[in-house]
Amino acid sequence: MPDRRRIDPGSVATHAVLSFGALVMVFPFLWQLLTALKTLAETSQVPPTFLPKDWNWDSFEEVFTALPFREMLTNSLINTIGRTVGQLVFCSLAAYAFARMRFRGRNVLFALFLSVLMVPSSLLVLPQYDIIQSLGLLNSAPALFLPGMFSAFGTFMLRQFFLTLPKELEEAARIDGAGSFRIFWSIMLPLIRPALAALAVITAMWSWNDLLWPLIVNTDPERMPISAGLTSLEGQYETNYPVMMAGSLIASLPMLIVYLFLQRHFVQSVALSGSKS
Amino acid sequence: MSVFPATAAAKAAGRSRTSASGTRPGSRNQRSAYWFIAPLGLGFAVFYFWPLLQTLYFSFTEFGAFGGHTFIGTDNYLRVVKDVTVWQALGNTLIYCVIGLMALPIAIVVASLLNRRGLRGVSVYRALYFIPFVTLPVAVGLVWNWLYNGDFGLVNEILSWFGVDRHYWVSDPSTAVYAIGTVMVWSTTGYYLVIFMAGVKGIPQDYYEAAELDGAGPLRRFFTITLPLLSPTIFFASVICMINSLQTFDLIYIMMAEKNPAIGDTQSVVGLFYKWAFVENAQGAAAALAFLLMLVIAALTYLQFRIQKRWVHYA
Repeated sequence: MPDRRRIDPGSVATHAVLSFGALVMVFPFLWQLLTALKTLAETSQVPPTFLPKDWNWDSFEEVFTALPFREMLTNSLINTIGRTVGQLVFCSLAAYAFARMRFRGRNVLFALFLSVLMVPSSLLVLPQYDIIQSLGLLNSAPALFLPGMFSAFGTFMLRQFFLTLPKELEEAARIDGAGSFRIFWSIMLPLIRPALAALAVITAMWSWNDLLWPLIVNTDPERMPISAGLTSLEGQYETNYPVMMAGSLIASLPMLIVYLFLQRHFVQSVALSGSKS
Repeated sequence: MSVFPATAAAKAAGRSRTSASGTRPGSRNQRSAYWFIAPLGLGFAVFYFWPLLQTLYFSFTEFGAFGGHTFIGTDNYLRVVKDVTVWQALGNTLIYCVIGLMALPIAIVVASLLNRRGLRGVSVYRALYFIPFVTLPVAVGLVWNWLYNGDFGLVNEILSWFGVDRHYWVSDPSTAVYAIGTVMVWSTTGYYLVIFMAGVKGIPQDYYEAAELDGAGPLRRFFTITLPLLSPTIFFASVICMINSLQTFDLIYIMMAEKNPAIGDTQSVVGLFYKWAFVENAQGAAAALAFLLMLVIAALTYLQFRIQKRWVHYA
């Protein structure tokens, strides 16, 4: 057993390795911030400077004129809320039925729903685009979040949680005369709050970061979410690194803040899922 | 048709003999179940099941200049199989897949280091390693392009301390795919770390103590206890990792400008699909390409499940 009072060389070595790794993970973001604060001239210096000579905050204002940045952030927010709320509502309803109710064709339907998990998203994108187009929704807010509101993964995850709840609760409520929806809404749903939080957090992250679908359905800059919008900044401001870095920082900030506050739910959702989207 | 309800009812009867009539599947309960499922079912029908059939149909048609699909049989599939760029994209995608898998050994080592008895700051490390995974992929791509920049990039600067020559990492066809792959590993390691930390925690501490008493060093303990007992988790993670990296698109799209000379050497299958479907308007061929990708994913996943028997130990 290592003596607690003496410094354990093994633990020092462990910390050294882990800290080096942590530095590699976080350093690019620090570099991003430092670059955003430099002048354009300073970014093209060789060798590069570490700290900015003059702390220059202009780039953070410039991104708002270079792109419809405010609109893009709003679009991202709408997309994220739309998908998250949609999944919480639709998936929890279906998950409850699959976990707690008996009906003809339950197993077949459940297998059919799960099969959605196995289909690569690129396989569906072309007809999905056609559907959005025929609904007249191209370059609109609903175009961003409509297909993403329905999730097989969310249904599966919530079902697992509903399965763990004791039967007596439902029985007691039914004897008191509560209907199915009432039991679901005011008794069962509150009991799986941790799972709902985990699903909400991971869905919000995928929605905020999603790129392929928004690139396809919303090509008007004013209607793009920030994930797609930043790529056009790359085209126009090819060499203006301070502005690009400032833009990417602002765009990642909301998710980072959510992450720092809801870390526990993030970790839980990953541990529960292991699977993307 | 009657097989499922019959077995379900039989199972239910066996399980809930005591609860009697209260939960018996009365017809009202039955009908309301469909109402619970209907919204999701409708969404799936419109946005998943119908599109799947549509893609299948598209893959046998040609999309005209003024809209409309004409049936052309298997021509799209022949085009896909004969096209050199498809094979190149498939090759690149497999390279991404192999590089992407490197995140697993790194995450396993870090997870077992974090499992060290009495180690402080575990949650801080976990939080820091997870940050790249949470960050907007576009932001990740942009900052790495800047770090890789051939003229003013930090990567060249740091390597020059060790006498390595300046290099244009993402525009040189011989390095671009590895440069992008490295970023993939960097951004996903934290995700697998969380998965492996849960797995490592599940290994009873007694095993390590017993091995220590028998004189097994840390390396020996890692290879004889941690790795075998973690193998189901490793298997799960490698399946997920493979499926995800076969569908890789975001980072490549962001990191490769259109006039980049290395574009052909980094294009993934989904990248090529995007180009065909939405830039070149070759919808039929794109649909056929998407089916080819699904086939590859299914085949490789099947292969993994076959091979698992040789190396995965279930307790």
